[in-house]
Amino acid sequence: MNLLQVTDEPVALEVVANEMNTLRYYPQRCINCGMCTKVCPHGVFAPNGAKVKVADHTGCIECGACRMNCPVAAIEVDSGVGCAAAMIRAALTGKEPTCGPDCRGI
Amino acid sequence: MSEIMVTTSEITAANRRDHRLARLAWDRMGHKVAPGLYRLGNPTPSSPVFVTGNYSLSFDALRSALTGMDTHIMVLDTKGINVWCAAGKGTFGTEEVIERIEETGLKDAVQQRTIILPQLGASGVNAHEVRRRSGFKVEYGPVLASDIGEYMKSHEATPEMRRIRFPLKDRMALVPVEIVNYLKFWLPAALLALLFGGLFGILAVLIVVAFGLILFPILLPYLPTRQFSSKGLILGALGGMLFVLLQLQYGGMGLDLQGLIVAAAEVLLMAPPVAYFALNFTGSSPIASRTGVRREIFRYIPMFVIMMALGVVMAVISALVPFGGSL
Repeated sequence: MNLLQVTDEPVALEVVANEMNTLRYYPQRCINCGMCTKVCPHGVFAPNGAKVKVADHTGCIECGACRMNCPVAAIEVDSGVGCAAAMIRAALTGKEPTCGPDCRGI
Repeated sequence: MSEIMVTTSEITAANRRDHRLARLAWDRMGHKVAPGLYRLGNPTPSSPVFVTGNYSLSFDALRSALTGMDTHIMVLDTKGINVWCAAGKGTFGTEEVIERIEETGLKDAVQQRTIILPQLGASGVNAHEVRRRSGFKVEYGPVLASDIGEYMKSHEATPEMRRIRFPLKDRMALVPVEIVNYLKFWLPAALLALLFGGLFGILAVLIVVAFGLILFPILLPYLPTRQFSSKGLILGALGGMLFVLLQLQYGGMGLDLQGLIVAAAEVLLMAPPVAYFALNFTGSSPIASRTGVRREIFRYIPMFVIMMALGVVMAVISALVPFGGSL
């Protein structure tokens, strides 16, 4: 787990990031609402006193539920279509990967 | 304001038939229920409101889990897609929840102001925004509808209820649908193989199908390495070796130089398709990340192509050059 410093904010913001996926957590912004610990299906976040902590960074599957439900933008993650068939098709045709109702199967 | 529909917890024979057909990929987009508000039992204005998608298997799992309870169910229009996939796409989403609350007149149908969503819908729904714009507080229930009864005792899910698992039963349920979905790949391949390779040709295709579409889902947690593609390559190589052994035993294949080249060609040709099925199984699993899948595609697809090209070259060499010398 790397602690990086980003400079696009007036105060240097602590970031918890990882090589394995795009999940980034900014603990200084956390207001401890606990929403991320509820919505994550892989136990990535855990209560830890005044702020949540990242308990299992590599368990993240980038579903985006935590970012979607974090009221203070303390979490970033690139979520989106992660289906291999859709991504291979997108790579071959140059179009955006798509799933759901317009899924054309494999 | 639309009319409140009526439903029960009973899963009928027709429902079960619908579930079986869905599991066989029959009429893929046709397993739908009407979106809107439903009454289950005899709900009062203070009874809980559960939210789900309009895929019939999702709706049926929810209403079956609500046996003996008096509730409302608000069904979103997810175009016949399950909650998890629809949330990823955004059709089980913030806008649809807010619009459906308006459209069904939920504010007048109930007095309380909480809606209970499945946890797996959370990747499409911003709970804070739903509350701000609709007045309804979003409560995320457990991952599995079958845990709702326990959840309702305290409105708190245990960490275990919040975890998504991928047990054998769930992996097995995907086998028929995968076999049918890939029919367009393996059926023509089997016919071609029968034409050019006879019974052993068709056996090779059947081994690829059995290893890639049946054994892989079953053995997923037990196969070594972390990535799906490398697990698939290992399993596919084992399938290829099984095929070679069967030829040695029953096909009159010899362990001379030519036999060894043929054997290597066969393993090189059979492992990549198994691994390709494995790579694609990431999308059927709840345990792969988008970054991880992208990495696997760029790392392994070129490798699959090279392996198969090498396999074709070796097969051609073995056919053209009369070796015959034993090692």
